[in-house]
Amino acid sequence: MNALLPIPPAPAIEPPLALLAELTHRCPLQCPYCANPLEMERAAGELDTAGWLRVLDEAAALGVLQVHLSGGEPTARKDLLQLVRHAASRGLYSNLITAGVTLDPVSLAALADAGLDHVQLSFQDADAAQADRIGGYRRGHARKLVVARQIREAGLPLTANFVVHRQNLERLPEMLALGEEIGASRIEIAHVQYYGWALVNRAALMPSRAQLERANEAVAEARERLRGRITIDYVVPDYYAARPKACMGGWARRIINITPAGLAMPCHAAETLPGFQWPSVRTASLGAIWRDDPGFNRFRGTSWMPEPCRSCDQREVDWGGCRCQAFAMTGDAAATDPACALSPDHAMMADAVAESDVVAEGAAPALVYRRIRTAALVK
Amino acid sequence: MTATAVGEGGAVPAFNRGFRLRHDPVRNAWVILAPERLFLLDEPAVEVLRLVDGARSVPEIVDTLAAKFNAPRETIAADTEAMLHDLVIKGAIRL
Repeated sequence: MNALLPIPPAPAIEPPLALLAELTHRCPLQCPYCANPLEMERAAGELDTAGWLRVLDEAAALGVLQVHLSGGEPTARKDLLQLVRHAASRGLYSNLITAGVTLDPVSLAALADAGLDHVQLSFQDADAAQADRIGGYRRGHARKLVVARQIREAGLPLTANFVVHRQNLERLPEMLALGEEIGASRIEIAHVQYYGWALVNRAALMPSRAQLERANEAVAEARERLRGRITIDYVVPDYYAARPKACMGGWARRIINITPAGLAMPCHAAETLPGFQWPSVRTASLGAIWRDDPGFNRFRGTSWMPEPCRSCDQREVDWGGCRCQAFAMTGDAAATDPACALSPDHAMMADAVAESDVVAEGAAPALVYRRIRTAALVK
Repeated sequence: MTATAVGEGGAVPAFNRGFRLRHDPVRNAWVILAPERLFLLDEPAVEVLRLVDGARSVPEIVDTLAAKFNAPRETIAADTEAMLHDLVIKGAIRL
C-alpha cells in the first residue's frame, strides 16, 4: 500500500441554484393543503426590506441564479417591487408565485418594468364554485381569470399552477384546457404533499387509485397534444409511486429556503422536523449557513443514510427522498422515505391509499382551512 | 417543425420572454434561466446562443460560426439546427 497518498479532500459543497423566498405568511386565500407551517408568522415578525435586500445580495454572490418570491401571498409585501428590482439588478431570475387576486394592470406593469421574469399563478380548480370553496375566497376564481389575461398583457410569461387532490382531480382535463386557454406557456400539476395543513386534511384530499390513473392518462394525452407549445410539469404523488422523488433536488443541494421571519432551511417544510435550530439570516450570512450550519449538513449527501438507501444505486438519484415525509409517517426524520418500495415502512403508504379508496366511496371529512386562528386548534 | 425546416427561409431565432441566457461567474458556466428550471449548456450550444439576438438569421449564425471555427458549413448547420430545434420544443426559442 502506498502510505503517501494524500487524504482525499471532502467533497466540495455545491452552491445553491435557487432561493425560495417566503416573503410573508399573509394570504387572502385559505387553502386546506397550504405548504405553510401550522404556526404561521404574523406581519410584525417578518424580515424587513433591508434584510431581504441583503439576502438577495448574498444569494447572488453565493451562486443562486433564480429567486422564487413566494408566501403566503408575496404581493402582500409593500416592498415587493423594490425586491424584484433588486433581484434583477443582481442578475437573479425572479419568479412570482402568486394567488393573483391582489394584482391589477398597474401593479403588473410595474413588476414587468422592474424586471420580473415570470409569474406562476395558482388555480384551485377549473370549476369556479369548487375553486372558491377550496380557496375559501369568494369570486377568487373569476378574479384569477381576469388577472391571467392581465399578466399576459403585461408581457409576462405565465405558468398556471393547479394543486390537485381527490376533490378536483376529476376535472384535470378541464384544468389543462384552462391553462391553454389563458395563454400559459407552462402548466404545473402539483399533487398535494402531505405534511402540515395537508396532513391534517389527508383523509379528505388523497385521491383514489382509479382517479390517479385517469389523471395520468389525461396528462399523457395533453403532453402529446401540446408538445412544443406548452410545457406540462407533473409528478405522480409519492403515495402511488415505487420510488421516492428527489425532494428539493436533495437536502441542501439545490435550494435554500428563507421563511418570512428570516430563518434559513433546506426546504419550506423543514420546520415540521423536531430537533433543529434553524439559523436566522439576521445573524448569519447565507454563505456561512449553506456551508456550515449543522441542520443543512444533517441530511446532505449520502453519508447520513440508513440501509437500504446507503448501498442503493439510486442514492444519488433520489437522495433518500423526503425527510419531512419520513418524519411525518414514521416519526424518524432519518428513516428511509416510506414512498420507496424498499422502505420497511412502505406498507404505511399502501394503508393510506387503501383508506382513501374506502373514503372515496363515502362522504369526505370536512376540510380544516388554513387560518391563523385555527392553527392553534389543529395542533 | 422538423429539424431540417429550422434553417429554411432564413428564420430568425430569438429567446422567448421568460428565457434568459446568462453567464454564471460562480460556476464559470453559461446557462439558460427559464420558468422554474434552468438549462446547462455545452460549449457548442453557447457559441450558437450567444449569436441569437432576434436579428441574425440561422444561415447568418451558421456562416459566422463556420468562419470562426474554420469548419465545414454543413456540419455547423446540422448541429446548429438540431440544437435550436431542441430549444424550440423546450419553449426557450422561437423562430
